Amino acid sequence: MDILKIVGIGIIATILAVILREEKPEIALQISIVTGLIIFVFVITKLNSVLAVLKYFASKTNIDLIYFTTILKVIAIAYITEFGAQVCKDAGESSIASKIEFGGKVLIMIMAIPILAALMDVITQLIV
Amino acid sequence: MDVNLIFKIAAIGIIVAVLHRVLTQSGRDDIAMMTTLAGTVVVLLMIIGLISKLFDTVRTMFQL
Repeated sequence: MDILKIVGIGIIATILAVILREEKPEIALQISIVTGLIIFVFVITKLNSVLAVLKYFASKTNIDLIYFTTILKVIAIAYITEFGAQVCKDAGESSIASKIEFGGKVLIMIMAIPILAALMDVITQLIV
Repeated sequence: MDVNLIFKIAAIGIIVAVLHRVLTQSGRDDIAMMTTLAGTVVVLLMIIGLISKLFDTVRTMFQL
């Protein structure tokens, strides 16, 4: 039961962070970062088999592999951006968190430009 | 999945907090400040490995 492991780690780390928050808030923040990282790494390695199945479906339906990898990259950017922004928000730096989210949005838009270009190509071919 | 890291960091935090208390009580505020700084840096060094592991995992998985 992996969910029990995750919840147990979360509760233990929360208790430790609350104990330390009064005396040393910076170390309480680092405990919360480490807990987030451990859970994140644990969950993301489980995602591997799902990705394999999705890749299999994509190859079966003859979807261009460029679009598929673009979607995967967007998902990865979203995960990492969300993680960084949450850490900054926990430490009370919500302005830095919003800048991180802004950076993630811009990078996702840059990733999505080729798909948009392909869509415009299709549309112009239909019209002309 | 190494939970030991959380306990290690909590132990470092408690030790640093106690040292800070003792050193400020005995009037050595500058050394207490140094202890806090050293504790933070040590914990940061422990975290950096985990952060790079996370980034490597994401990069290999999503072919970034």
